[in-house]
Amino acid sequence: MATIHVDGRDYEVQPTDNLLHACLSHGLDIPYFCWHPALGSVGACRQCAVKEFRGEDDRAGRIVMSCMTPAADGTRLSIAEAEAVAFRKSIIEWLMTNHPHDCPVCEEGGECHLQDMTLMTGHSYRRYRFTKRTYRNQYLGPFVGHEMNRCIACYRCVRFYRDYAGGRDLDVYAAHNHVYFGRHEDGVLESEFSGNLVEVCPTGVFTDRTLANVYTRKWDLKGAPSVCVHCGLGCNTIPNARYGEVRRILNRYNGEVNRYFLCDRGRFGYGFVNGPKRIRRPLLAQDDGAAEPVAPTVALGRWASLLRDGRAIGIGSPRASLEANFALRALVGPERFHAGVADAEGRLLETVVAILRDGPAPAASLRQAEDSDAVLVLGEDAPNTAPRLALTLRQAVRRAAFALAEQQKIPHWQDAAVRDAGRDVRSPLVIATPDATRLDDIAMATLRGAPDDIARLGFAIAHAIDPAAPAVEGLTESAREQAERFAALLQAAARPLVVSGYGSGGEAVIRAAANVAQALRRTGRDARIVLTVPECNSLGLALMGGAPLSAAHAALRDGRARTLIVLENDLYRRADRASVDAMLGAAEHVVVLDHTLNETAYHADIVIPAGTFVEADGTFISNEGRAQRFFQLIVAEDGVKESWRWLNEAARAAGKSNARWDTLDDLITALGEQLPALAAIRDAAPAADFRIAGNRIRSAPHRYSGRTAIHADLTVHEPKPPQNPDAPYTNSMEGYYGRMPPALYPFFWAPSWNSVQALNKFQDEVGGALHGGDPGVRVIEPRPGADSDYAQEIPRPFARRDGEWLVVPQYRVFGSEELSALAAAVAERVTGPSLGLNPEDAAMLAVVDGDAVALELGGASHVLSAQIRPALPRGVAALSIGLPGLPAVALPAWARILPAPPELRT
Amino acid sequence: MLSALRTLWLTFLHLFHRRETIRYPEQKPYLAPRYRGRIILSRDPDGEERCVSCYLCAVACPVDCISLQKTAEDGRWYPEFFRINFSRCIFCGYCEEACPTYAIQLTPDFEMSEYERRNLVYEKEDLLISGTGKYPGYSFYRVSGLAIPGKDKGEAEGEEPPVDVKGLLP
Repeated sequence: MATIHVDGRDYEVQPTDNLLHACLSHGLDIPYFCWHPALGSVGACRQCAVKEFRGEDDRAGRIVMSCMTPAADGTRLSIAEAEAVAFRKSIIEWLMTNHPHDCPVCEEGGECHLQDMTLMTGHSYRRYRFTKRTYRNQYLGPFVGHEMNRCIACYRCVRFYRDYAGGRDLDVYAAHNHVYFGRHEDGVLESEFSGNLVEVCPTGVFTDRTLANVYTRKWDLKGAPSVCVHCGLGCNTIPNARYGEVRRILNRYNGEVNRYFLCDRGRFGYGFVNGPKRIRRPLLAQDDGAAEPVAPTVALGRWASLLRDGRAIGIGSPRASLEANFALRALVGPERFHAGVADAEGRLLETVVAILRDGPAPAASLRQAEDSDAVLVLGEDAPNTAPRLALTLRQAVRRAAFALAEQQKIPHWQDAAVRDAGRDVRSPLVIATPDATRLDDIAMATLRGAPDDIARLGFAIAHAIDPAAPAVEGLTESAREQAERFAALLQAAARPLVVSGYGSGGEAVIRAAANVAQALRRTGRDARIVLTVPECNSLGLALMGGAPLSAAHAALRDGRARTLIVLENDLYRRADRASVDAMLGAAEHVVVLDHTLNETAYHADIVIPAGTFVEADGTFISNEGRAQRFFQLIVAEDGVKESWRWLNEAARAAGKSNARWDTLDDLITALGEQLPALAAIRDAAPAADFRIAGNRIRSAPHRYSGRTAIHADLTVHEPKPPQNPDAPYTNSMEGYYGRMPPALYPFFWAPSWNSVQALNKFQDEVGGALHGGDPGVRVIEPRPGADSDYAQEIPRPFARRDGEWLVVPQYRVFGSEELSALAAAVAERVTGPSLGLNPEDAAMLAVVDGDAVALELGGASHVLSAQIRPALPRGVAALSIGLPGLPAVALPAWARILPAPPELRT
Repeated sequence: MLSALRTLWLTFLHLFHRRETIRYPEQKPYLAPRYRGRIILSRDPDGEERCVSCYLCAVACPVDCISLQKTAEDGRWYPEFFRINFSRCIFCGYCEEACPTYAIQLTPDFEMSEYERRNLVYEKEDLLISGTGKYPGYSFYRVSGLAIPGKDKGEAEGEEPPVDVKGLLP
């Protein structure tokens, strides 16, 4: 630790930090623009000027940029010194000479870092009387709006987009006082992290277009801590709402998980909550097949009559909370509860749980993954299956550059210098996938192969690291050398990481990844493993257990069950059409609880309106085994209720004694008693009776406006806002806001820090953990001394077949995930289904890019657009999956591909 | 005793003073233009709505009686609805102070009594007048950097023409 003296007071700081970082960490206010805790310092904006003195006798001092000055021991500086204050004020005055008169019509207003800094420096009057520079804007796609006049040229956008996120299509153009930040021409921003520009830009150049249509200022937006539902990583978010409608998603900092950034699927995928297909009232199928809205009591009465014979079975869901799944499990009985995932996926998830629990390598959080100095990716197309993980891996390869910079005595926060020094230096990243990925540009080596060949490579690497691991038979010499080379790379690292998961589609690949991690662990490396899972609660559901989906079908077919209760699940996405049709046909009655009408709901006798993640409280378990609570943001006043509450009410109506809880906390207690492995989820967040100084926490900012006018068109009597009994929040601006348990922050705001940069005030150290530790609890850790045996089943090498192709899944960041694809903004980015083919295979079939091909898979023929993928191995075809109209079949699978008959070509 | 007599005398003298009471409503009192009465929304000199739905009036309102929602058309911001609950309004004038476009103004009219409280809830149709109110010349979009129909980038007051990003001149 070092001591610095700031305006006559002493502060203990890290000497490796810069002065700005150190001062902000101690709660001192220094204005800044170009510095960002995740991006480092470049000294471009000159805003963070302070006065540094050479010693106690130095009265004159000199102005330095605090972001570019190390916090060396004994540094004396002054923030309040008159010359430094005048300097900072004049910088803002210069920035303001060209800044337009836009605040009232700017989406950033009220949460604008430039506004905050202008107030902080005291600049209030524009003396410059001459003209302002203007620019033309660009169309940047459905996510991000562009208003270039407002730019202050801090360079944060291009530093994030290009340097941090690896994007190529946003850059800085022109020169001197009219630099331009944009694309070379109008067009959609390609990077799947473009939404972060909204938070990174200190002013209103890049704004959220999904919010713009229903624009609301920050002070009018209610918030609640939440967890992203669009993949299994469990990024923390803050959804914001006004007039009972979700209007945007903000990043919620969690030092262990997503930190400062989200992917666009997580940020803009929320639109399904306000979608036209939302179920708002219970529906009852009539004799003529039409569904009629009915009163909740009627629906419950009918449902209860179906439950009384005790022959109901339930199908849970990996996108429903643990609590909802548990309530269903309790209602129908544990042995009649089925996991709502395809059988193959269920086995895959069981394997993941087994590896995380019994294997010696612990799961890596995203922060730990970022600290890894060598990464092996087996089968996973992370930019599409778990986008935030891809951003993390992009930072992980920079460990070597940081190490080199340290040798050359360049501080890690000197962003430009570190990037210069480490221009061509990257930590090893080896990617083995069937097709090219968007991470290939930073990979040391890329390998293309069928899933089985990838698994074999993994097993070979494991064997090369630890000879005790099973050897791969029939490996070619070059493949063996390659495996040894990769093994050496991983062994040379102190903290190697192995990444695999559902994207590979094969269990063997995951087992191979586990073998590599285990081999590294046994040879004394601090290896960790990341296994992605498809949905937000896939791992939670796997931990809860449940019979496979096919068992539900069998039970209905054999007549052991009459009534099927489907919880937040579209079964047509889980299994092929014929078998789902048969299963739903075999059930005498089908009850569907869901928030959005899907195909399964059309077959239901009763449809119950469930709450989405913003209308319910609950817990998700992310792929690293982190249980995280999400809280209700909108207290729905129509029929929408949490699934677990509906299930609870059904149990009461049916006179069942199990499945009866009044509050979420009671349910969580019961869950912990019945499933001890999940008991820890109670610690994910404080209980509903949590109070600070006797107060609940307010969900709205203190200047939430319009409270006596919002409902005045309906009633002038100002009804009391509805209260959520399951969370320690008020549904208004009354209540406590300040330092609180970190899982509870409904928004981040601090006096004179209205922008997202207020976050600095809530962290132990800028860029570190939140005050009180990062939220969430790990429920899976390797058992003490865990060291299971190596997986032995090594697949045979992939062999091409004549006239048949091995179809592997191709995930798409936009479109493959069910809920985000329902959001209008994301739907704009979804392209049609396609079948990727190797060029030689395509030539053999006589098809060119864009031609229609017929895929005969799962007993049906599907016409798809061919996509030539040069990286794809011969004999392997990549089917875009999860898109509407595509078959839900377990992949990889063998299929026939033919040029589509002319009458089907459109 | 003496003070009682003095009081009677002074009261008696008032018989000969000028009368302050007026015969309202037949006779209207003079109210200065800056009187803080009924709130209106004005239009700019071109006849377009001045309100840009910036929410500053709503946040300045100490009794939270203003509620609105932004919408946009051709780059111009408008309130989709604009509601003032006059049964809560205290006529403090903070909304007018906060308004960056001179859209919301208080007028010298206080005659808005109603028998039903709900009739005191004014929507945008009730608030919007056809003139500029107290500030005849001002048009926000003439100084703002946003492009709107009829005013492209660089055509606002004190703006240079848009930068040619591909130009090589210094």
